[in-house]
Amino acid sequence: MFRIIQKERLASTITKFVVHAPYIAPKRRPGNFAIIRVVESGERIPLTLVDSDPVAGTITLIVQAIGKTTQLLCSLQEGDSLRDVVGPLGTPTPIENHGSVACVGGGVGTAVIYPIARGLREAGNNVYSIIGGRTSELVILEQEMARVSNRVITTTDDGSLGRKGIVTDPLREMLDDRSLGISAVYAIGPLPMMKAVSNLTRNYGVPTFVSLNAIMVDGTGMCGGCRVTVDGTMKFACVDGPEFDGHKVDFDELIMRNRSYTELERLAHQRYLQTTLPEHA
Amino acid sequence: MSAFNSLKPSERMKIPRQGSLEQNAGERKGNFLEVSFGFNEERAQIEAARCLECTNPVCTEGCPVGIDIRSFVQRILMKDYAGAVQTIRQANSLPAICGRVCPQEEQCEAVCTLGKKHEPVAIGKLERFVADYEMTHNLFSPPMVETKRDEKVAIVGSGPAGLTCAAELSKIGYKVTLFEALHAVGGVLRYGIPEFRLPRTILDLEAERIKAMGVEIITNFLVGRTATVDELMDEWGFSAVFLGTGAGTPHFLGIPGEGLTGVYSANEFLTRVNLMKAYQFPDYDTPIRLGKNVAVIGGGNTAMDAVRTARRLGAERAVLVYRRSRQEMPARLEEVHHAEEEGIEFLMLTNPLRIIGDEHHVVTSLECQRMELGEPDDSGRRKPIPVAGSEFSIAVDTVIEAIGQQPNPIIQSTTSGLKTGKRGVIITDDRQQTSRPGVFAGGDLSRGGATVILAMRDGKQAANSIHTYLQSVQLSTVDITDSMTG
Ligand SMILES: Cc1cc2nc3c(=O)[nH]c(=O)nc-3n(C[C@H](O)[C@H](O)[C@H](O)COP(=O)(O)OP(=O)(O)OC[C@H]3O[C@@H](n4cnc5c(N)ncnc54)[C@H](O)[C@@H]3O)c2cc1C
Ligand SMILES: Cc1cc2nc3c(=O)[nH]c(=O)nc-3n(C[C@H](O)[C@H](O)[C@H](O)COP(=O)(O)OP(=O)(O)OC[C@H]3O[C@@H](n4cnc5c(N)ncnc54)[C@H](O)[C@@H]3O)c2cc1C
Ligand code: FES
Repeated sequence: MFRIIQKERLASTITKFVVHAPYIAPKRRPGNFAIIRVVESGERIPLTLVDSDPVAGTITLIVQAIGKTTQLLCSLQEGDSLRDVVGPLGTPTPIENHGSVACVGGGVGTAVIYPIARGLREAGNNVYSIIGGRTSELVILEQEMARVSNRVITTTDDGSLGRKGIVTDPLREMLDDRSLGISAVYAIGPLPMMKAVSNLTRNYGVPTFVSLNAIMVDGTGMCGGCRVTVDGTMKFACVDGPEFDGHKVDFDELIMRNRSYTELERLAHQRYLQTTLPEHA
Repeated sequence: MSAFNSLKPSERMKIPRQGSLEQNAGERKGNFLEVSFGFNEERAQIEAARCLECTNPVCTEGCPVGIDIRSFVQRILMKDYAGAVQTIRQANSLPAICGRVCPQEEQCEAVCTLGKKHEPVAIGKLERFVADYEMTHNLFSPPMVETKRDEKVAIVGSGPAGLTCAAELSKIGYKVTLFEALHAVGGVLRYGIPEFRLPRTILDLEAERIKAMGVEIITNFLVGRTATVDELMDEWGFSAVFLGTGAGTPHFLGIPGEGLTGVYSANEFLTRVNLMKAYQFPDYDTPIRLGKNVAVIGGGNTAMDAVRTARRLGAERAVLVYRRSRQEMPARLEEVHHAEEEGIEFLMLTNPLRIIGDEHHVVTSLECQRMELGEPDDSGRRKPIPVAGSEFSIAVDTVIEAIGQQPNPIIQSTTSGLKTGKRGVIITDDRQQTSRPGVFAGGDLSRGGATVILAMRDGKQAANSIHTYLQSVQLSTVDITDSMTG
């Protein structure tokens, strides 16, 4: 069992957890994730290891409640425990000094990109960040990102915070601004966003890394459920990734695959709401 | 002849082989309860009386772990069931499992003398009978540990190889820690082989027994990532390591359409159902997407388990697509037979060419081609060759590929000095020693897809080798300290 040491609400649907996981904490690298199971009857879902404290033996997770499992998780309190946590999984992000990089986070993807931005900064890069969300509430970790970036631009679809529009607009300007000398882009967020970013940067010939949120089960390379097509070949996102060259990813296939369980997920979610809401009401 | 069996050999030969009691096919294709109930005492007695008690019991040679089959069958006849199970346990620590899943028709029963002219003795069912008797009568007691030893040994992977190695080493007195990547132990026995062939209560019981023997079990620990083998040895203080991580990485055919929704590897499909209990969705949260028309590609145990599972989940048409013919199918005979009874269609000599989907990227059909058998290939089986112009398609909404697996590369790529061979298997000598001192390996990881009993054999052999190794290390350190102080 993995105890929740600290819980903090970052937005109405986004929660940060500090969890006791002493084996994982010292081994976490930027880009790693964990697979967690909240309860015995629960499913296994991947969550990024946003941070860790090797001394305290804790890891940090940031979760957006979008369905049954993430909602259940977000309903847990300090002192409660997660049934299972395994990690660190995935191939860590190769952190190099590119000179200047752009880090683009969309929604909860900002939580995923934060450790990478920090790693890139520590490696000596100039880090230019763009973080976006549908609305101001969903823009998270602005201060944390500011601490590890030379500059942070925020965008919201509805203009409630920062620039109105999507993250690709300021990114295009950054790429056009030759004085910044951006030589790599890291983009993490919803698939359509990563696809749009990759399409944009392809025109500029700037290497672009995206983190693919394929549906996972074991997270160890055992089921092949997380397979994605990159450069025409099959890769397992949980071991070969989750980061890949955005210019080579077949986004359309992944977008379709990620809808595999939409109906069933809706069913599970409805049932969950039916069983929990009366108590809260 | 025998003091126990009053029948003359000619009389014994006249007794027909006893069939096991089974759940009716119509009913069981809608549930996950065990298909076979095995023998009751009466049938076990009749079956045991068929044994010819050969002076040269070839059956024991046919058993990969050399169970003294003749003796245990004689004990059944004497109604000494506890003695019978003890006899088995001397060579095999998981009889309830092996009695259910071993391919007996290729092992002990294949060489049984009675089988030359008649049907062989149902050794597997007899093994299962006494193992179940032991369970229902609570006869098991953990083996005594004679000497407690200080050395710590790490076992990686909790499949039959790891479980056996852990049990054997803790019997010798070592401090054993078993690391498992998943949240539950058992390996393929947990996530691959379905409940209807191997009830989970049996597996849970074995896990409890291993814990009772003092083995520490740490789940959710992926060796290579959570800690590497080098770290286990250099920092965690393990003096030796046994690797039993199996062959879990699924192969895909590499045909067009494998990225479509509705295409599964058998591993994913079975893991969702068995480990995650997707068949109890939405009481359990893991979903499974299964249509009414399911094609499973392959001819081994994995394919058979997948297709029968699909049937139980409600597939109206469950088709097994295999590129060779019936005779070449590597699956256990009993399972093939059960599958037929459950209404599985067998599409033999058929090779899939591509999977076709609709505008939503969802599977609609499987395009195939007929095959015919040519000359024998490397495996000794006749090679299937395509028949020109024989393409056809079958309408399906789910395609499950069960065409083989290979070892997961995580350990190999994070451990120094480990030699690997074809398809990523770890190379060992016949004592399960790898190229790296102190590191041993066995089961599917070194064999690349074999059987439960061979994994157990390797686990046991490795335990003995680790014992020898640790004693020699101890001797040599004594030598060094002696020479330093002397
Ligand atoms: C490598 C990786 C890192 C991730 N990191 C984070 C993170 O740090 N914070 C965060 O909030 N989310 C993260 N996610 C996404 C998170 O795993 C999903 O939001 C979660 O699984 C949804 O589960 P649910 O039951 O709440 O929702 P559901 O209603 O079941 O599903 C909603 C959507 O989530 C996706 N999803 C569902 N099940 C899985 C699964 N088993 N594996 C992957 N995706 C699934 C599907 O696209 C689905 O349509 C990450 C995903 C991946 C692959
Ligand atoms: C569906 C199916 C049906 C089968 N049916 C039969 C049958 O009827 N009869 C028969 O004899 N054989 C059968 N087999 C084959 C048999 O199950 C295997 O040969 C046997 O399980 C191999 O045992 P093992 O201990 O080597 O590995 P496995 O059983 O594969 O166990 C390996 C374990 O190691 C864990 N692991 C992997 N990597 C790591 C790591 N890095 N760190 C920690 N843990 C790790 C895995 O999660 C797994 O639990 C079947 C196989 C399948 C897939
Ligand atoms: S999640 Fe199973 S192989 Fe990647």
